[in-house]
Amino acid sequence: MSNIHAELENVTAKLVVDDVSKTFNSARGKVEALKNVSLKVGEGEFVCLVGPSGCGKSTLLNLVAGLDKPDSGTIKVDDTPVSGPGRDRMVMFQEHALFPWLDVFDNVLFGLKLKPNLTNPERKEVAKFYLHLVGLEKFAHSSIHELSGGMRQRVALARSLAPNPRILLMDETFGALDALTREQLYGELQQIWQKRKKTIIFVTHNIREAVCLGDRVVLFSPHPGRIVNTFEIDIPRLRDINDPALSPYTLEITAALKQHTDGREVAE
Amino acid sequence: MKARRILFSVAAFAAMLLIWEFAVRSFDFAEYMLPPPSEVAMYLWGAVCDLSLPKAVWVTGKRLFTGYAIGLCIGIPTGMLCSRFNIFKDTVGILALGLQALPSVCWVPLAIMWFGQEESAMLFVVVMGTVWSLILATQHGVANIPPIYLRAASTMGSRGFHTWLHVIAPAALPSIIGGMKQGWAFAWRSLMAAEIYVTILTGFGLGQLLHYGRELMRMDQVIGVMCVVIAIGLLIDKAVFSPIESNLRKRWGISSD
Repeated sequence: MSNIHAELENVTAKLVVDDVSKTFNSARGKVEALKNVSLKVGEGEFVCLVGPSGCGKSTLLNLVAGLDKPDSGTIKVDDTPVSGPGRDRMVMFQEHALFPWLDVFDNVLFGLKLKPNLTNPERKEVAKFYLHLVGLEKFAHSSIHELSGGMRQRVALARSLAPNPRILLMDETFGALDALTREQLYGELQQIWQKRKKTIIFVTHNIREAVCLGDRVVLFSPHPGRIVNTFEIDIPRLRDINDPALSPYTLEITAALKQHTDGREVAE
Repeated sequence: MKARRILFSVAAFAAMLLIWEFAVRSFDFAEYMLPPPSEVAMYLWGAVCDLSLPKAVWVTGKRLFTGYAIGLCIGIPTGMLCSRFNIFKDTVGILALGLQALPSVCWVPLAIMWFGQEESAMLFVVVMGTVWSLILATQHGVANIPPIYLRAASTMGSRGFHTWLHVIAPAALPSIIGGMKQGWAFAWRSLMAAEIYVTILTGFGLGQLLHYGRELMRMDQVIGVMCVVIAIGLLIDKAVFSPIESNLRKRWGISSD
């Protein structure tokens, strides 16, 4: 996978985060969620952002999504500054955020209906395709509450993929799932990423998960939130979360994380 | 099992009617105090045949549904405005909170002064009964929508009116339905009270029929009309609100009661 980066040197990056800072006002005063953060992500790259809670990784994701605005610095996608949410950048949250008043199929269709230049039969075809991709075509007309947690996140994945975004932003998407379901979804996500050629930015506090999924793992540190290190993960796909080959990377990143925090804040 | 329960229920009510009939006949109550159910049934049959009852149901029903519909058209959008703009919330919202506590039959004296003994006075009372609880329920429902729905919708490109129509309205629907049900109950009760309270010259409703039953000492008529009022209340609840609510429960997975 390292040849991707060699290629990147010549190609303009898909996503450029340039010197971005973001401060929040909290009860205990100002919190510097992000301070002078810069990051480049290439087309088709799978980048994982890891770090303890409060390190600003989710803040950065929200800024890229356009759900929030930076105090200073710029974020550009394909050389165009991000000014708000857009269909080219879909977000998957830790909660599935599916709409309970719609069935599975209509949830997947929701974003497609907002996409111009498609006929309704085309929209339905696309929705069917993505439901099939996540293996839930049989549940097209189920209610959301009838599905298990893993199935809900699969529907959420189909819903995010359906409008064909170029960038997929995932915020601890698998955090609330049980371990078995999560392991299964790691495989599925990698397969879909390879098939659909998406750029994925994946936020997690689980270092092993980050190593399993990412071409590159970007390590954040809190107070103020900043990038402290970047690790290239050179393991062939599809990777398994239990593969011992992940361990050297995991150890290295954990050690780096401990260097930048007092160790108490390291999660998992 | 279900058939047995229904059968038991029917048998119990039949027994109650029989005891009532038997008690009235054996203790020789005055007819103007408590008529036997057979008399009530006779009245109902007669009133259906001479069309006085169907006409009254029609008049009352028209008032109720027109007033209720107006109440919905005012209440839901106003509730949405209250949830969105503090200017509305701090004025209309507080007003709704206060006026919701006022039984809307209290509006009758004013309504008579403003509109005269006319249909519009009745409509006004029904609207006052419907609108406040609906405003509050809608405002509450919209305010309690999980923000994640709105974030998800906005990343999918939903904006402005589309968000209101396709995300906020359906997300607040369970709450709005609750408000509609409460508004309906208030409207129905206050309309009955208003009809008993004042004679409206433009049409004879169920309340008036009940009122004249008392004036004529015809307790069979009074009880007969009461039965019709109960039946209509039950019918609307079972035929309109129950299916909507069970549908909602099925879709949303809200635990059934």
